Amino acid sequence: MKYICLGYYRPENVENMSESERNAMFDECFTYDDELRKNGHFAAGEALQPANTAMTVYWKNGKVAVTDGPYAETKEQLGGILVLEARDLNHAIQLMSQHPAVKYGSLFEIRPAADLNEMIQQSEQRRRTSVAR
Amino acid sequence: MSEHSTAEIRELLDSLYRVDSGRILATLIRLLGDFDLAEEAMQEAFAAALSLWPRNGVPDNPRPWLISTARFKAIDTLRRRARFDASQDELARYLETQWNSAEESNEEASVEDDRLRLIFTCCHPSLPPEAYVALTLREVCGLTTEEIAKAFLITPRTLAQRIVRAKAKIRDTPIRYEVPSPQELPERLDAVLQVIYLVFNEGYSAAAGAGVTRAELTGEAIRLGRLLTELLPEPEVIGLLSLMLLQESRHAARTSPTGELILLENQDRSLWNREQIAEGVALVERALKSHRFGSYTLQAAIAAVHAEAESTAMTDWRQIVALYNQLVRIQPSPIVELNRAVAIAMRDGPEVGLALIDAVFAHGELANYYLAHSARADMCRRLGRTAEARSSYEKALALTQQEPERQFLQERIRQLK
Repeated sequence: MKYICLGYYRPENVENMSESERNAMFDECFTYDDELRKNGHFAAGEALQPANTAMTVYWKNGKVAVTDGPYAETKEQLGGILVLEARDLNHAIQLMSQHPAVKYGSLFEIRPAADLNEMIQQSEQRRRTSVAR
Repeated sequence: MSEHSTAEIRELLDSLYRVDSGRILATLIRLLGDFDLAEEAMQEAFAAALSLWPRNGVPDNPRPWLISTARFKAIDTLRRRARFDASQDELARYLETQWNSAEESNEEASVEDDRLRLIFTCCHPSLPPEAYVALTLREVCGLTTEEIAKAFLITPRTLAQRIVRAKAKIRDTPIRYEVPSPQELPERLDAVLQVIYLVFNEGYSAAAGAGVTRAELTGEAIRLGRLLTELLPEPEVIGLLSLMLLQESRHAARTSPTGELILLENQDRSLWNREQIAEGVALVERALKSHRFGSYTLQAAIAAVHAEAESTAMTDWRQIVALYNQLVRIQPSPIVELNRAVAIAMRDGPEVGLALIDAVFAHGELANYYLAHSARADMCRRLGRTAEARSSYEKALALTQQEPERQFLQERIRQLK
């Protein structure tokens, strides 16, 4: 099963660290990521640039609008996503509980990946039928 | 060592996981002293097997290979953590020394004991009872959190939390990893048997067609029953296994192809599973011979009398009533009283049965139990008291949500109109 782990952190926490503290944290986190990779648990993952680099695309008054932001209102910001391969939900929880980032104040939201295969198959069926007509 | 393709290895590992993960985990928990570390190490050992066995061949004894690989993986893990947490290094070193002595005394008996230790730990009185089933099915039977949640119709989130809390409790208390002492055994065993029977009943009462997973629970419960019978052949353990087999033997005859419930008296007895009946009967005889049996054995004995009868009319109701009389003595409960009343009605007629059921109702405990109203309705129906029968069937209908039961009751009400 795949689990999407959304990692949230407090930018000010990291800013207030000394360089050596920060390095220690990164070393520890990357070591653990390697461990996950080595054991086949790390299916994919990316770190995100700060929230002030974000842009948003949405629909407004009948056309696409593009704005800067959103600027985070909360203290916790999304810092990265990790796609975890685990046997079940408790295994995923266990793997993320050991992630050193947790100890440094980050939090992980763990969400089971949704299986859309059936929806996609139904959609393909609909599209085939409409082409046939 | 023998050569296999990756696909074959995957299949082999899946079946090893199914059959042996509980056993392997049980031993690893003893060796590593930590549930989470043991589980993680076991997952890693299976993953290592998947990548190594296609290249190097399958070891002659896969289980010891997996256990020893998991041990090394666990020490590796602790070593890695030790780079940031010095206390882990001590633990790693301790485990390594313990290893060598464990290697020498790795007798089969202590490995078998591990599985008992695991079962008793999962049903430990310090844990909240709602965690027993979840832990037992996940740790002993190797089901996933999602599978268990689906079978018990609760969210994976709720179930995951139960498991997390129970494991924290095991670690923090700490709960010793051991088989209870002979003094504690009867009570502790009772809790384990209750869990197994609960799992069985959850699967047994599952509506037909309500998903394979729920039906599989009966299979898991029987598997647990067999395991416990093999490890700890106490009369009540044997009695419970017998009871489950005898109930399960009627599986194919219990529901019609359209999912309607078929009562014992109307079942096509040629559909009963003779093999399960033979095994169940042999087991209950073994339990009865011990003269130390309890309520599971008595219930199994009752089921055995039914299983050996050609029809309701040919059933030895005298013996069933005698067994219920014993059961009422050792396990007095309104439900047992109710079943006894039904059996007496079969022996002596519905009038006697109705009087007994009304006496049970008079105690007030069964007012919300649909089977009590349904049994009362049946007595009234047989006595020709149609209006009373209908009213009792309606009370029963209002008290059950299970679809096959509802259909059955609605059909009875319809027939009485």
